[in-house]
Amino acid sequence: MSEQKINQVQFSAETMELVQRIIKRYPEGKQKSALLPVLHLAQAEFDGWLSAPVMDYVASILSIKPIEVYEVASFYSMYNLEPVGKCLIEVCQTGPCWLRGSDDIVDHLEKKLNIKVGETTADGMFTLKTVECLGSCGTAPMLQCGSDYYENLTTEKVDTLIEKLR
Amino acid sequence: MARLLEHINVPGIETFDVYRKHGGYKSVEKALKTMTPDEVTEEVKKSGLRGRGGAGFPAGMKWSFLDRKSDKPRYLVCNADESEPGTFKDRYLMEKIPHVLIEGMITSSYALGAKTSYIYVRGEYMYIIRILEKAIQEAHANGFLGKNILGTDYSLELYVQPGGGAYICGEETALLESLEGKRGNPRLKPPFPAVAGLYASPTVVNNVETISAVCSIVNESGDEYAKIGIGKSTGTKLISASGHINKPGVYEIDLGLPVEEFIYSDKYCGGIWKGRKLKAVVAGGSSVPILPADLILKTAKGEPRLMSYESLSDGGFATGTMLGSGGFIVMDETACIVRNLWTFTRFYHHESCGQCSPCREGTGWMEKVLHRIEHGHGHMEDIDLLVDVAKKIEGNTICPLGDAAAWPVASAIRHFREEFEYHVRYPEKVKN
Ligand SMILES: NC(=O)C1=CN([C@@H]2O[C@H](COP(=O)(O)OP(=O)(O)OC[C@H]3O[C@@H](n4cnc5c(N)ncnc54)[C@H](O)[C@@H]3O)[C@@H](O)[C@H]2O)C=CC1
Ligand SMILES: Cc1cc2nc3c(=O)[nH]c(=O)nc-3n(C[C@H](O)[C@H](O)[C@H](O)COP(=O)(O)O)c2cc1C
Ligand code: SF4
Ligand code: FES
Repeated sequence: MSEQKINQVQFSAETMELVQRIIKRYPEGKQKSALLPVLHLAQAEFDGWLSAPVMDYVASILSIKPIEVYEVASFYSMYNLEPVGKCLIEVCQTGPCWLRGSDDIVDHLEKKLNIKVGETTADGMFTLKTVECLGSCGTAPMLQCGSDYYENLTTEKVDTLIEKLR
Repeated sequence: MARLLEHINVPGIETFDVYRKHGGYKSVEKALKTMTPDEVTEEVKKSGLRGRGGAGFPAGMKWSFLDRKSDKPRYLVCNADESEPGTFKDRYLMEKIPHVLIEGMITSSYALGAKTSYIYVRGEYMYIIRILEKAIQEAHANGFLGKNILGTDYSLELYVQPGGGAYICGEETALLESLEGKRGNPRLKPPFPAVAGLYASPTVVNNVETISAVCSIVNESGDEYAKIGIGKSTGTKLISASGHINKPGVYEIDLGLPVEEFIYSDKYCGGIWKGRKLKAVVAGGSSVPILPADLILKTAKGEPRLMSYESLSDGGFATGTMLGSGGFIVMDETACIVRNLWTFTRFYHHESCGQCSPCREGTGWMEKVLHRIEHGHGHMEDIDLLVDVAKKIEGNTICPLGDAAAWPVASAIRHFREEFEYHVRYPEKVKN
């Protein structure tokens, strides 16, 4: 994907239709409001991350300057500006999760996947990250993978999950 | 007296039909067909309802500040960014009984004269966004949204907007920037959003729980609602309970419930896990001062501490705390106060938007110094250094994230100084 050029990046017809519907949610001339939702769509459609050509493409669709897209994409933690593994595993490590044992979950994942936090497995399958509170503190420890939450984790549950994802 | 969660266990309550069968959308019918917008606002004023996002500002008063003379469109924006560590009540409500929020949005938008309203949901809650979109579709299909709702001349469109993962976008002006497709940099207030909000138009921003509470206020009347609770803390409140308790979860309490009952009763937290003793509580989300067991259970005057805005803040920051967002984090006798604080400070450093130097630099310093104390490389002077940095941040920033980062540090050192000193004195015992 890193080799792409802007003229090769294109939403599917279906996504494009959704983009047009999103733009209509805002008043005339305020189509920039669609930027965050459209970046989510772009990330989902183009391998889980936002390359420069993808961001330029989004800028052209919304008739805004590329810099307006870069500054937003780099501000928010959910947008990946570098390639990530097929499964992005994000373990919450903030206070309430830590109180319920999130450190053990991180340690276990590092050993099991044989990578450190921030790294991707050699086969490009898993990227391991730690994140801050995901609003799941009552069912801690937890992790997010894609848009799914996995809660009340134990090391056994983590093993089962990894097998399932593999 | 459950109001918001009354029907939470009814199978299928997340669907329009079941929700409607259990009295859902009555407030929309009542408001649109029998009340003027100002009459709805008046009921909310009478209810004494205070903002459930954390600041506790009276909702009816905020609504009455909305600039109705401006010829610009007016907006209602629901704050569902919920990112304060320890807070997960809005997620629970939206997941289990999404139509309460949709109903509240319609009734409230009517009161405010908004024709387009948005629910801004933190991007990580993607599955919640799908639940809300489905609920909106159902409300549309049944004539509660769209053109001429229930045959009246009131029309409303309601949209869900995902965030991109940034705590600061819970701050209302950062949220509005984000909704305009920009970085979430807070604006200087005033002007408040009520005067210049979304697209510089008059805007009310309210928390999920605040807007949801409007349904029962309109149904029962503001005066009835105001009978629940204690003093100026009227109504029910959702509390997110986490940490070392037997039953973590979301509980709807009548404001005024004794803290002791909340922690130990089987109806709520069910006591401290593993038969251990209570050490400390962060009562209102990570931003509020931490209190040791004796001060959370009783005020400095020896009175039982209650779950209310006033009682929790009794004693000021010296011996009290705040109700905040209702994120109730419990720590047992084995919990390390320093480590917990380090995670909070790392959080604020990570989430600072970087506009103000005291916040941007100060949170980084506090994180680093706490990291070294926690990992056995601290010096005695570090403890006062932390207090000093916290003081320099507090009150010197554009938005309250700076304060939110400073208060936990100042309070942890105020109440648990010996634990910081222990870390410095016995590095071999804490090194890891
Ligand atoms: N729920 C959560 O996840 C989080 C909640 N918080 C809470 O947020 C609180 C701080 O929020 P802020 O919005 O900065 O507090 P604030 O006190 O500035 O404002 C509270 C509300 O009242 C309105 N308001 C105040 N004075 C007004 C006036 N004169 N005219 C019109 N409107 C007026 C504001 O627009 C705002 O909606 C903290 O106390 C904290 O507890 C903080 C972080 C996360
Ligand atoms: C850093 C920061 C984060 C905030 N996060 C949230 C949030 O996630 N949800 C929320 O409702 N209010 C949050 N607030 C408070 C909002 O600014 C605002 O007071 C609230 O949305 C108003 O709604 P209410 O009056 O119904 O509580 C935050 C404030 C600050 C300073
Ligand atoms: S206090 Fe922090 S988060 Fe708030 S505006 Fe300043 S730098 Fe940004
Ligand atoms: S602290 Fe992990 S979900 Fe809240």
